[in-house]
Amino acid sequence: MANSQAFTNQAKLDALTAIVPNGDTIKAALYLTTASIGASTTAYSATGEVSGTNYSAGGVTVTHANAASLSGSTAVWTPSASIVYTAVTLPTAFDCMLIYDSTRTNAAVSSHTFGAQTVTAGTLTLTMPVNAAGTALLGIA
Amino acid sequence: MTRFVNTTKGLMDADKLRCARGTIDNENEHTTWVEYYDGDELVHRSVDIVLKKGTEIQATEAVLG
Repeated sequence: MANSQAFTNQAKLDALTAIVPNGDTIKAALYLTTASIGASTTAYSATGEVSGTNYSAGGVTVTHANAASLSGSTAVWTPSASIVYTAVTLPTAFDCMLIYDSTRTNAAVSSHTFGAQTVTAGTLTLTMPVNAAGTALLGIA
Repeated sequence: MTRFVNTTKGLMDADKLRCARGTIDNENEHTTWVEYYDGDELVHRSVDIVLKKGTEIQATEAVLG
């Protein structure tokens, strides 16, 4: 057994746990295709957010019953249930979801893009990826 | 049995509406949507986005010396 240089798995797990603490309220907001959400986003903002029937500014609370964990040498975290916006009308095209921590002054966590959509008197369901290295919603490899 | 759909006009009989479906499938998502039309008017559109992967960052360490 030889020594090796590494960013330890424990440090990766600690970092991701600090980003999405298990007791915090994590939320998911939707953004129009014309918005500029991305790596430079620091916190949730209503600027560029979708609006429409039955959609509350700030989005919905994310179910995250599971704390960050290790998948091999990758720290991973994925919400434990789908993110659902029920009976909404979102008439203007949107293509981005911002995950943020409302417990930590709405600190931005991650943004996720998809093909542009609208919803009319319907339900938008975002089914989460497999919580494993390479697919988890958030990962530190 | 009558199947009702929530629409911009309230609950409507799905059999009296025109239904259209679509799909997007790429490396990031598998998305399906269903639309119901009353004549030419869109009265319902639901979307199911299955995310295939999220975002991952690479932890790096410096080499000493």
